[in-house]
Amino acid sequence: MMEKLVVIGAGMASGRLLEHLFEADPTAYDVTLFNAEPRGNYNRIMLSPVLSGEKSYAEIVTHDDAWYAQNNVTCRFGERVERIDRDRKMVVGAQGEVAYDKLVIATGSDPFIIPCDGHDLDGVIAYRDLDDTNRMIDTAPGQRAVVIGGGLLGLEAAAGLRMRGLDVTVLHLAGHLMERQLDPAAGYLLRADLERRGITVMTEASTKCIRGETCVEAVELQDGTVLPADLVVMAVGIRPAARLAKDNGLIVNKAIEVDAQMRTSDPDIFAVGECIEFAGQLFGLVAPLYDQAKVLAATLLGQDAVFAPKQLSTKLKVTGCDLFSAGDFAEGPGREDVVFRDPARGIYKRLVIEDDQLVGAVMYGDTADANWFFGLIKDGTDIAEMRETLIFGPAYQGGAAVDPLAAVAALPADAEICGCNGVCKGQIVAAIDGGATDLGAVRATTKASASCGTCTGLVEQVLAATLGDAFQMPAAQPVCGCTDLSHEDVRRLIKSQALKSQPAVWQELGWSTPNGCHICRPAVNFYLLADWPLEYQDDPQSRFVNERKHANIQKDGTFSVVPRMWGGITTADELRAIADAADKYDVPTVKVTGGQRIDLLGVKGEDLPAMWADLNAAGLVSGHAYSKGLRTVKTCVGTDHCRFGTQDSTGLGIRLEKRLWGSWTPHKVKLAVSGCPRNCAEATCKDVGIVCVESGFEIGVGGAAGMDVKEVEPLVKVATEDEAVEWTVAFVQLYREHAKYLDRPYKWLSKVGLDWVQQTLTDAAERKALVDRFDLSQTIYQTDPWAELAVREKARAFAPIADLTLEAAE
Amino acid sequence: MSWIDVGAVTDIPLRGARVVKTPAGCVALFRTETAEVFATSNTCAHKGGPLSEGIVHGRHVTCPLHNWVWSLETGEAQGADDGRIATYPTRIEGGRILIDGAAIGKRTAA
Repeated sequence: MMEKLVVIGAGMASGRLLEHLFEADPTAYDVTLFNAEPRGNYNRIMLSPVLSGEKSYAEIVTHDDAWYAQNNVTCRFGERVERIDRDRKMVVGAQGEVAYDKLVIATGSDPFIIPCDGHDLDGVIAYRDLDDTNRMIDTAPGQRAVVIGGGLLGLEAAAGLRMRGLDVTVLHLAGHLMERQLDPAAGYLLRADLERRGITVMTEASTKCIRGETCVEAVELQDGTVLPADLVVMAVGIRPAARLAKDNGLIVNKAIEVDAQMRTSDPDIFAVGECIEFAGQLFGLVAPLYDQAKVLAATLLGQDAVFAPKQLSTKLKVTGCDLFSAGDFAEGPGREDVVFRDPARGIYKRLVIEDDQLVGAVMYGDTADANWFFGLIKDGTDIAEMRETLIFGPAYQGGAAVDPLAAVAALPADAEICGCNGVCKGQIVAAIDGGATDLGAVRATTKASASCGTCTGLVEQVLAATLGDAFQMPAAQPVCGCTDLSHEDVRRLIKSQALKSQPAVWQELGWSTPNGCHICRPAVNFYLLADWPLEYQDDPQSRFVNERKHANIQKDGTFSVVPRMWGGITTADELRAIADAADKYDVPTVKVTGGQRIDLLGVKGEDLPAMWADLNAAGLVSGHAYSKGLRTVKTCVGTDHCRFGTQDSTGLGIRLEKRLWGSWTPHKVKLAVSGCPRNCAEATCKDVGIVCVESGFEIGVGGAAGMDVKEVEPLVKVATEDEAVEWTVAFVQLYREHAKYLDRPYKWLSKVGLDWVQQTLTDAAERKALVDRFDLSQTIYQTDPWAELAVREKARAFAPIADLTLEAAE
Repeated sequence: MSWIDVGAVTDIPLRGARVVKTPAGCVALFRTETAEVFATSNTCAHKGGPLSEGIVHGRHVTCPLHNWVWSLETGEAQGADDGRIATYPTRIEGGRILIDGAAIGKRTAA
């Protein structure tokens, strides 16, 4: 007969407990799992990447329905536990009782809400679970958010909201950010970094009250400052959720007291996670929670295990902010500091030494050696010998080579690699020896790098150090076989060395072939014409046939011809001209495209110039349906005809298409403008999609509906059509100047980050400069290629140089 | 050999190609970076792509349909692919391109 185990709370600690339990003995317990949230266990520490849009909820689910079903867990999600009847050994839920033999309380913690006036207004939220995160995600770009609390959680919320295009202010009570983890100098660098992203930071800011009728309208500070706000996020701390335990007579101090086996004052009731107190200590980071889960699983299976808290370190999960702190770095008698600063690169490192041991470390901007320092703190290593060079890291100790691999190879087996999951180097090496030869396999066997992911690089280095040449380190791919340089390197060198011709690139960058190949030539040609529009001349011979012939080659060697229809608008005369051309050149297939125009398929190559001349005569120009350039601007009818339209979406679409056509880009670029949020033009899956609303224009970027399907991310909301055009042009130019050839905007954005793009474009001067550079390039490239090529001497190139069959027939 | 004049070298762009219609089918004339001229079948042996529309690099051309790379000198497929296309002798005289008439199926010299 299986024993009955009831678990209250489906969080990271209890989830890990169940994993250990089922792994060790799937038949030991019949499990019932209560959760107040209407869902199962997900990786809560990854909510920040969900908020910032770098991950989706589905990606952070730890246990899905199938997992619970497979392990026969009775799930009671969305149901609160009302009380525990300890005499009858029953848990009383809102929808009925469940008997237990063993009970685990894993109720976690509750966010602390400052009980000031207005704290219960709509729009005041905590940052704790998926519902909070979704509420933030649903707040429109351009709205004003105030985040109260400049600690780890508050800053991750602020950064995520900023990435979503909100106007964000962080209020922090102490004199510098993250004062529990950082010293003032590192706090200053962090603040400067956040401000560069457009986040306003106010320190020594004490909240007096939150104003508003039913919804939040503003936050008032003690000094009288009033900050308008549409959303207030309280991230001032958490409190162990120990109420249930306390009400039911368990011993609770600050949290539920447990012994080293995770047992509460009732021998059949256990507790893990943020709701417990052990030896006077509370726990908020994930690593000790996992340790507790492991101990409790053993206890429940009748094995011996003892929980012992370890030294902890902290990393901030804000893309682009490298920050690390560990140990104790308060000043004190007998303590000495070693500090390294490089303000230009934004690097700060501070080590705190006491009795020849490292007791604390704070790093900002460069955290590559963080784990090595953390190891020294944990092990209490005597650092007297290396003190002079200590701050430069492991590479500079004892004349060892400056090789990160050597540093990893030198780590002892018990050095911790993955802080979240408490995985040591030895376990990873054992997994590798057991056949886990890539990152995915190591993750699956050991969980190393499977939580927050910041140690991924280290895990790869352990793989490389263990497997040697058998492991291929994922490196920047070279452009092609002609060079070892990556696309990014080539782009950078073309700019920095002012290389203005293809031969200059081949020569200066050491191409191994005389004139490149079909892979690098189109890329280099694009980089040169994008960076030097006046100096460099486009080379048709370095273009794929479609861009050389200004038509799409089909599988039988014929071509397709697509005239431009500005914003999808056409006329009877244009349609007549298209129909005439279709007749005259025996076009077998006429098709309406997804980009709101007409495709004439099956045209013979030698007929192209004459057909273009006919279409040109009717006022039609090339639609560039073949180019890595602006394709179409799809529109709906907006205020012209639609009863829901809020703006002239057709007019804006035509204006954008007239401005952008003819420009070459790293990959094709498709736009759309929808006249209202019903979004008939499907703007939210375009490279740039504009959705008109009553108050202006919401510009989203980085959508896709091809091999990948992606919704646009909000870039900005602007009030006028002129601004919408300016932002769009500036965005396209930024993409032209920085993206890798053949990366659509969404791929480029995933590399550089939307926040960098927003930060760049928010600067009005930079935006104008980008627009100016785009317009300069357009003075050269905004020409109709059909008109150019239809002239007699160019048209000849489309025909055979000679026809020897005719003479043969004579 | 019977040499037939098919046009001026400058009728072909550098690192480009043109087509000659012949009794033996369409022949692609390639001009390399160094102004050499090569003639091969215009038809890719893989799926029949028009090689004259491909990108010319070194003494190679890449088919525009599926990126097979062919040697203009030997007609052999490069890299992992396996195959062969016909090549035809050419000469340059006084800036004019001459192609071997016998090889392309002409009965008499022009």
